[in-house]
Amino acid sequence: MLILIGGILLIIAGIWAMLTKKNLIRIIIGFSIVDTGTNLIIVSLGYIKNATAPIIDTAIKTQTDPHTGLKILTKIVDPIPSALVLTAIVIGLAVTALMLSYAIRLYKVHGSLNIDDYEEFKW
Amino acid sequence: MIKYLLVFVALIGMCIVFYPLVEDFGTLTQLNPLAESYVKGSITDLNMPNTVTAVVVTYRGLDTLGEVTVLFLATAGVGFLLRRKQTHAAHRKAGTEFLRTGADFLSPLIIIFGIYIFTHGHLSPGGGFQGGVVIASSILLLVMANASFRFSHALLHFSESLSGAAYVVMGLLGLLLLGAASFLDPRYLPGGVYLSLFSAGAVPLIYSFIGFKVGAELSSVIDSMHEEGGE
Repeated sequence: MLILIGGILLIIAGIWAMLTKKNLIRIIIGFSIVDTGTNLIIVSLGYIKNATAPIIDTAIKTQTDPHTGLKILTKIVDPIPSALVLTAIVIGLAVTALMLSYAIRLYKVHGSLNIDDYEEFKW
Repeated sequence: MIKYLLVFVALIGMCIVFYPLVEDFGTLTQLNPLAESYVKGSITDLNMPNTVTAVVVTYRGLDTLGEVTVLFLATAGVGFLLRRKQTHAAHRKAGTEFLRTGADFLSPLIIIFGIYIFTHGHLSPGGGFQGGVVIASSILLLVMANASFRFSHALLHFSESLSGAAYVVMGLLGLLLLGAASFLDPRYLPGGVYLSLFSAGAVPLIYSFIGFKVGAELSSVIDSMHEEGGE
């Protein structure tokens, strides 16, 4: 619950940064904050109370029954949100690098990082 | 003034959008049926302890292929935007003896640790994405410590495209050997002994190719940014 609310607060803070800041680098930082908040929300949705990591080795008790098949006795968290976040972090890193290289390119060509100097690109 | 008011209204709107999520949220006490079937299938069908890897590589393998493609596009965009100039020479102060010796000592160990992470992705926490990032961090250490460090661009591009193609070929092999509707199914190799390195079919191979690809792509991002900003 706390992590979910923290993630939502991070998303709102990031959107605030994207909307009010003028510097391109700060807008990109706002985007990264939104990214982190989204990851926190996804992870908190897959959490199960008092559960451990979903790696079924000798530390996790299992029971094999010939009728119902395998049964896992220890509580484990949902693996699907973890799998989504795992790739999303790396993709977020690459997308941030792409945005930063746009900012570098704009700075090289026009010599400014202020978003107000790029009004002609608006439409 | 009116602009700040509009921003405030937008933020309030976001709060209203997220409110139902908080209201309906309750920490679960047991797995939902889909996750349970994934966990059971990971052990009984794939012989793989790490269920997160089972979801990433096998059950959601097509999504992972798409994400690797997104990663490739982002790196291609970085390389396109930060084109290198031929006459560019980096004037940087050389690192101290301590820094260079430490970096030369640590970077091979970090690369081996990255390879360990992605070859054991089906057994322990870790996998191709994390291992690739660890390898790229070692390259970053080398670039930052040595002023005159140069990549072999041909090697980087070759290993990136080779591992990407090998990943798709591994997926197509599943289609070929196991019949239709089994793209990226790793069970054409033997399952092996549970909790051993050579188990879980083709998953260690597929994850190693993903690891090499991610490592090569992030290294080329570091390289582009270094060449552009090294003045």
